[in-house]
Order: sequence, then C-alpha cells, then structure tokens
Amino acid sequence: MKTQYHINDKGFYGDFGGAYIPELLHSNVEELLQNYKTVLNDNKFKEELKTLLRDYVGRPSPLYYSNRLSHKYGVQIYLKREDLNHTGAHKINNTIGQILLAKHLNKKRIIAETGAGQHGVATATVCALLGLPCIVYMGETDIKRQAPNVEKMRLLGAEVRPALSGSKTLKDATNEAIRDWINNPEDTYYIIGSVVGPHPYPDMVAQFQSVISEEIKQQLKEKTGNENPDYVIACIGGGSNAAGAFYHFIDEPNVKLIAAEAAGKGIDTNHTAASISIGTTGIIHGSKTLMMQTSDGQIVEPYSISAGLDYPGVGPMHAHLAETGRTKVIAITDSDALSAGYELCKLEGIIPALESAHALACLNQISFKQDDVVVINLSGRGDKDLETYTKHLPHGKQN
Amino acid sequence: MENRIDSLFKYKSGTVLSVYFTAGYPSLNDTLTIAKELEANGVDMLEIGIPFSDPLADGPVIQNSSKTAIENGMCIELLLKQLSTLREHIAIPVLLMGYYNPILQYGVTLFLEKIAAIGIDGLIIPDMPIEEYQENYETDFKRLNLKNILLITPQTSDSRIRYIDSVSGGFIYVVSSSTTTGEHTGFSEKRESYLSKISSMKLNNPCIVGFGIQNKEDIKQVGKYAYGAIIGTAFIKAITQGELKQQIKHFIKTVSHDTTVRT
Repeated sequence: MKTQYHINDKGFYGDFGGAYIPELLHSNVEELLQNYKTVLNDNKFKEELKTLLRDYVGRPSPLYYSNRLSHKYGVQIYLKREDLNHTGAHKINNTIGQILLAKHLNKKRIIAETGAGQHGVATATVCALLGLPCIVYMGETDIKRQAPNVEKMRLLGAEVRPALSGSKTLKDATNEAIRDWINNPEDTYYIIGSVVGPHPYPDMVAQFQSVISEEIKQQLKEKTGNENPDYVIACIGGGSNAAGAFYHFIDEPNVKLIAAEAAGKGIDTNHTAASISIGTTGIIHGSKTLMMQTSDGQIVEPYSISAGLDYPGVGPMHAHLAETGRTKVIAITDSDALSAGYELCKLEGIIPALESAHALACLNQISFKQDDVVVINLSGRGDKDLETYTKHLPHGKQN
Repeated sequence: MENRIDSLFKYKSGTVLSVYFTAGYPSLNDTLTIAKELEANGVDMLEIGIPFSDPLADGPVIQNSSKTAIENGMCIELLLKQLSTLREHIAIPVLLMGYYNPILQYGVTLFLEKIAAIGIDGLIIPDMPIEEYQENYETDFKRLNLKNILLITPQTSDSRIRYIDSVSGGFIYVVSSSTTTGEHTGFSEKRESYLSKISSMKLNNPCIVGFGIQNKEDIKQVGKYAYGAIIGTAFIKAITQGELKQQIKHFIKTVSHDTTVRT
C-alpha cells in the first residue's frame, strides 16, 4: 500500500525530490527512469541480485541482540550488522544492484562519488567483480582522512580522482562525478551512493537498501515473535542506510523511526552537517530537499568528524519524513558520537564506523520505556576510523 | 517594445556574437565596465552569469570565476543594484544566466519583475525543469516580455528538440558537444554533422551555439549553420589577468571575423 510517505509518479516525496538537472543530463536520467522499474522487477534480475547478495555480500546480515548494551540502557537492543557485509558497510547492497542495472543497460564505464570511501570501495569492488573500469571521485580532504579506503579502491583496480573544488569533501566529489557524467553521456553509468540526486536515484537506492528492513522484520519475528520493534535508529548523511532500515517500517505507525544526523561541533556553531535541523528547502545535486545554504542560496560547506555524514543536504525522502513528523531527527555531536563508539568497543567488542556511532549515541537521548525493543542499524565497521578514534581517545582510557 | 533579442535576430545579417561573463569577476564592481566594453567592441549580446557555489554544468574556469565572485561579495541583490543603470549605457540584448537555487531563494516572480524593470531581455536557468517553468512561471515571463532560453545538446532527441523549440523564447542555446563548459572540442566532423542536422530541422527559434567555442575558427564553423555563437570560458580566461579594458579589446579582436553566410 502506498501512503503519503512514498514517492509519487512525478518523483516527489511531498514537496521534495524531482529532477532539477541541466538539459545536458536529461537523456542520461531519462534512460534510467524509463528502465529502472522494469529491470528491478525482472525475475532474472531479482534472482541474480539475490544470489550475489547471499553468496558474495554475505546476506542476510545478522541481527544481533547486544546483551551488555541492552543491560546498560534497560531496553532490548538489537544491532543490524551491516558492518559484517563484504566491504564492511551497507553500501554494497546498492552498488551490487546498480552495477547489475548498468550491465543491463550495456554501460561500459562506471563512475561514483565517495565521502568516507565506503561507497567508493563498494563500487570498486563490484566493478572488479564484473570487469568494468571504475573511476571514483573523492574530495581531497577525504582522501587524506580516509587513507585506508583509498588504498583499497586502488588495489581493487579503481582510479581515485581527487575533487579539488569547494570544501573538497563529498559535495564536491558529487559535483565532479556529475560533470564526468555530462562529459560521457553514452557509455558511462553513474552509481550514486545515497538516496540523493535527481529522480529516480533516491527511489532506486532506497529500494536496493530496503533489504535491510526486510531482513530486520524476518529476523525480529524469529527472535521475539513480533516483526515490529518499538524503535528503528539509523544515522543519516544523504540517508541511504536509514532509507534501507526504515523502508518496510514507514507504514507501521507504531514503529518510531529515529534519524541521527551529524551536529558536528554543535548545530549553532557553523561547523555542522545537520541539514534537517538547520536546513531550508533548496536544490542540491538535482533534487529539491532540505539543505544548508546561505540566504543567497549558496550551498554551505558542511562539517562533521565523520566523512560519510559530511554532506550539506539530505535525501528528499528524509526531508519529507522529517517534515511530516514520521521520523524524529536527533542531531549528534562529534564528541557524543565518539563516546558512543568507544562504548560499543568496550561493551560489545565491536568497533563501529563513526557514522554508525551517531546512531548509537541516540541511546542517551531518548526516554525509552523499560524493555522497549530497539533496532540500531550498525551501518559500517570502524576500521577506517581507527586514526580518528585513537587521536580523540581521552587520557587514561587507553587500557 | 519589441524584445531586444527578437530585434537582434530580425535585423542582424551576420553571425551573432554573444559573450558570457560572471558577475563580480575578476573584481566585484567590474560587471558594468565589462558590459560596456563588450558592446563598444562590437559584441551583439551579453550573457551575465549569476555566480553559484555548485555550478554543475560548468568546467573549472567558470567554476573558479564563480567562486571568486562569491568571495568578492556578489549576490543577486547586489547584481540588481549594479545593473540598475544598465539601460543608460547598454543598447544590446542582455541575458542573465543563473542556477535555479539562488533565484528560488530570492523568489522567482520577484526576481523576474526586478530584472524586467532593469531592462534584461532573457534568462537561462539551466537546471529549472521545463514542466516547472510551464506550470509556474511561463505567464510571468510572457507578461514581463522576458525570454526563457532553453538548451539542447547532441543527446537531445528530435522529438524533445521540437518540444523545447515550442517552449523556448528568443533563441535556442545549442550545446555544441556533450561537455561541461570550457572543454575545447574544436572543429570536428561530429560537431559539423550535428549542427547541420539542427539547421535542417528548421526550428521556429534561431539557434545560437555555445560550449567549446573558443576562437575565430569555431565561430566560423558555427556561423555556417546557426545564427550565432556564445563564448564564455575563453573570455573569462582572457580577463583573468592584465588590464581589463585592454584585455577585452584584444580578445574580441582575436575572435571577431567577417560575416559568414548561413547555409
């Protein structure tokens, strides 16, 4: 059943979405629009996707009851272990889907943007899998702070091109990828890594990520007898892991959906990436959504300790879910995210990605009822963030 | 009064030369100076760019000019102020080119009313969907005698070209190759056959060719098939250094050419 929360025929979620693109991109986007639904519903495509997700990615990812964390907060906490996927994050759910679509459309060259490098690695991986050349645009700043992922991409055969404009982070990498697509309209497929960009990307990426909530429902039913939790919590930059974790719960009014966005140093500090909390409606990367901008409509450079959340906009779906009150948005500061990350290391033996640590930090911010069932989407693992974690480790806590 | 763009194409027999420059670049208050110099040196039409932080269709040169212009303090409000005396100095058609978001934040209808009052003739908003224009703003454009200039590219299908021709006003901006601005593709058979095809479609609007136009040879080739050419990146590069007026004069001299007869 389609409700007010879903995308309409014109590619809008309420007031948000659409395809605000120059004519130079029209044929590229139109080709996708004409094909994506048919391909995604094709039985052969579905079978191929399912097989790869199972045998190559390792799905289903476990839904893990975290005993000690649950004990501490007095609720029942389940972690959806997207960090255990091949390549270490949820990103590959989408890149596997899109590369199969690209193959179906007979594309010969793959481009992508990346922030933390997780999407870049996931794209480089599937390109190697299918033998397609891969170019990943990455902000120069991110190349420095996510060095292990850059090395991985290169090892996998991808070319990593630095984005040198603006703040040299995810926004700028996205601009460069879009420009590459303009310059190579016929043979190139652009794998967008989040639920952002012109229609149909937000819908398509959300559909590929929806496997997360599909599995949560089945797994929770097996474990508790009820497929619906009281809460689903996910971090949100562009919002792809949150889109996937929320997807099959959106029309379940009893399931509270919590989106943790990056407050950076605080939402009032000008060093933030809290696009929903402080953003206004505008157009970024081809879609109308909530974004951080000046009163003149110039896009503001975001800031977050987490490269994957360092984006000045948010997927149009999330803008709509937040505006309608369907999701509750909590802005998590760098230091709260770090603390939550350290806590998970100590209590559960899991080093979470800094992005996912923002979701974990919500545990301190919500007044739960005793024994509420809480699912947190652990979107990625923290290997890539070791340097940041180590650098900020409070004195005296090394052991 | 007849729109100046319409008059230009009605009375000009040779190839129209239009020049793009970014408002507020190289210095904040150069906007009107550049406009005057371009007209004085024989340019037929001006396209003034409103700088945007994230210009998706532009290559590095125009990106950098936009970045500098924003850092210089350029914004829509200031541009309108700078252009308030435009028609005391400039007689040729003037267009504004700007990405949708800054105009949206300013208020589209208010913006249209203000630029019409100043004497602007047309507008290029590359990322405003045609459907949104038709639904929300077409009446305003018509009421204010403003032209909404739309783009076509080598990827645009024939049926879409016809559709765009039916909606576009003033002229059609023909993107010469599938590139962002400033990629010099040069004289090529591919471009020639594309322009020849467009010419043979006998569209209602005149066609002006932009993107990748950098020198006299480009303009000459384009002039065989279209009403005119737009130079942007090459001009921005030329005025980045040196004495502004000298640079403009020198640049226009190097790209100007004798009238070519259209086929």
